[in-house]
Amino acid sequence: MFATAVIVFREVLEAALIIGILAAATRSIPNSRSWLAGGVMAGLVGAGLVAAFADVIGGWASGVGQELFNAVVLGAAVCMLAWHNIWMSSHGKAMAANAKSIGKNISDGASECSVLLIIVGLAVLREGSETVLFLYGIAASNVDGQSSMLLGGAIGMLAGIALGYIVYAGLGRVPMRWFFAATGLLVLLLAAGMASQAAHFLIQADLIPSLAAPVWDTSNTLSEDSLLGKLLHSLIGYDSRPAGMQLVFYFTVLAVIYSGMKWTARRPQGVIKK
Amino acid sequence: MKKLLLMALLLPLSAVAEDYKLVIKDHRFQPAEFTIPAGQKIKLLVENQDSTPEEFDSHDLNREKMIAGNSAAIIFIGPLTAGGYTFIGEYHATTALGHIIAQ
Repeated sequence: MFATAVIVFREVLEAALIIGILAAATRSIPNSRSWLAGGVMAGLVGAGLVAAFADVIGGWASGVGQELFNAVVLGAAVCMLAWHNIWMSSHGKAMAANAKSIGKNISDGASECSVLLIIVGLAVLREGSETVLFLYGIAASNVDGQSSMLLGGAIGMLAGIALGYIVYAGLGRVPMRWFFAATGLLVLLLAAGMASQAAHFLIQADLIPSLAAPVWDTSNTLSEDSLLGKLLHSLIGYDSRPAGMQLVFYFTVLAVIYSGMKWTARRPQGVIKK
Repeated sequence: MKKLLLMALLLPLSAVAEDYKLVIKDHRFQPAEFTIPAGQKIKLLVENQDSTPEEFDSHDLNREKMIAGNSAAIIFIGPLTAGGYTFIGEYHATTALGHIIAQ
């Protein structure tokens, strides 16, 4: 039961953290809650479909379809997170100044909400499909202690969701003055970490070169199997043995989104809003 | 230009990886240990003969891949420096244990 709980917890953790951070970052946008819930639902349906067709997807592109699929999903999520963060950096200040009412006046609040839906949906889709497959595997096999393993899965899922909620609640306590800087930084690092993961899958599929692997090896100091290692992996893209190409992806995305944020933040509101 | 074309033609050839096969049966890897040449990329075909899915997982190798029940998957590994590398089937981590030796 414990082993099952740990596996499901690890799978759920990343999606839960992403949802927690984004829920906090968009809390002042009207209707963002229902869009978020919609994203979770769409992601769950998608996860079920991906799990059901796992062998079909795996067979694409002569056996590396799964890597391609993951890389594309991650790449799309990175683009959406970039859009979100750049949008926030142009509207964040206005929201901070007048957090309650400004949301209604923002013309493109709806597009920000659909971006939110896509990000959350993609996160649930990717992490959820593995959880579904894993739990299905248990349910389908007639092993002893099957029900206790499924119970373990439920516990792991709840623990992951609880951690996501802690992140959300914790961010809610950050003073408004620091709030947008804090969530902006978190989303920026999330996006860079996802870009590194996308590179990881493309290397695994032998579609791009690894460029010196590994660049460093800190698996003895901080293993990704440990809770802290896994948390850092999900939050900032920590990798104990990264390939050079992963670092290239990581810092490129970091630099591009950061410059985008700086650039839009400098421009007057009216120019962006139209 | 001709030279470039020639290089483009040769590049995929030089990048062709050597093939290895691994079977998952009764939640165990067969063979549980095998040797590959160091400094060379290999192509590992993993055939899951169990009806349940398994996740090939190795932090040592920086690889993770889900393999559905009764299906096969391809994982490219390396080039590795000489040494030992462990991998597990994450969903049956007590029995699905494997080891790659690069030398």
